[in-house]
Amino acid sequence: MEHNAPTTGEILGITFNLSNVLMITIASAIVFILAVVATRSLAMRPTGLQNFIEWVMDFVKGLISSTMDWQTGGRFLFLGMTLLMYIFVSNMLGLPFAISFNDELWWKSPTADPTITLTLATMVVVLTHYYGVKMKGAKEYGKGFFTPMKFLFPFKLIEEFSNTLTLGLRLYGNIFAGEILLGLLAGLGAAGIGGALGAFLPMLAWQGFSIFVGTIQAFIFVMLTMVYMAHKVADDH
Amino acid sequence: MFNSLILGAGTGIHAGDILYQLFAFIVLLALLKKFAWGPLMGIMKEREQHIANEIESAEKNRKEAEAYLNEQREEMKRVRQEAQTMLENQKKMADQKGQEMIEAARLEAERLKEAATADIARERETAVAALREQVASLSVMIASKVVEKELDERSQQKLIDDYLYQAGGQK
Repeated sequence: MEHNAPTTGEILGITFNLSNVLMITIASAIVFILAVVATRSLAMRPTGLQNFIEWVMDFVKGLISSTMDWQTGGRFLFLGMTLLMYIFVSNMLGLPFAISFNDELWWKSPTADPTITLTLATMVVVLTHYYGVKMKGAKEYGKGFFTPMKFLFPFKLIEEFSNTLTLGLRLYGNIFAGEILLGLLAGLGAAGIGGALGAFLPMLAWQGFSIFVGTIQAFIFVMLTMVYMAHKVADDH
Repeated sequence: MFNSLILGAGTGIHAGDILYQLFAFIVLLALLKKFAWGPLMGIMKEREQHIANEIESAEKNRKEAEAYLNEQREEMKRVRQEAQTMLENQKKMADQKGQEMIEAARLEAERLKEAATADIARERETAVAALREQVASLSVMIASKVVEKELDERSQQKLIDDYLYQAGGQK
């Protein structure tokens, strides 16, 4: 099972990896349905899914509060929650199975594609710059590149790109590696009765580990988003 | 297959993916904000407010209860004091009354005693007078008897002599 490019669609000269399009849509739909179902019947005394979604909100609140004061960071709450749930669901999607059709991989984690993760990372970094300018003013924002020392400017400039790159590739690498190994184990399991027996336990272990990794990566992505955001918008850090 | 491990080599890079991911995420964010996070935030704020109110009212109630308790305690103390005063007054009054009664009784007794003493004295006087009278009459009677019986010739003579002698000697 290889991560081959599925059918490529094209609209107005822009090409699409239809597998990504499909999985992005599915992940978004799951997140949306989950969140809406959880907040369907809101009560002062929370039960069931409301507890869960409130826990998520408190969790992201905690993340934000640990990097900047709530006055500044409160506006990133929804962004953080959406990112967290979207990336978590995306990471989980590739775990139970992968669907290949005509040697083209259709069902996988959308986050196992560098294009997707780098898009998210770039979006986050661009947002940090946007809010940096918006909340501190262009002058203060520009000054941020020359503090604490003027000669640090090139490094600061590089930092922005490296941040983007590491943020995206960390997520991609973890999920992609997980899927590759799952694919290999699945291939081994399909090879014969001995292979199935031999692959069962490692498969079990790796699935569990992948769940862990997927959760941690979603957390790290949001955490770093808030850290970068705090660097740009907070007065002191 | 190791081709697929090279970044982007397995799947190729499609501008459409980028655009679609951005689009999907922004739409998701907007939808969730409207349908999920917004209401959730609202209910959590509401609960926060509710809890704050509850705490506030509980605090108020506690203070009220405390004030009431103090008031009651004061009242209790006052009532107790009043009762004490009343009791003392009663006792004092009773004491006084008792004293008065004893005094009256004593006076009465005195009076009775005096009356009795007076009575006794009077009775005795009467008795003595009666006795004296009786004794006088008795002595006269006895004397007359004695005189009747013993006054013979000789004795009469002697008596006369004596009288005469005495009368002469005294002169």
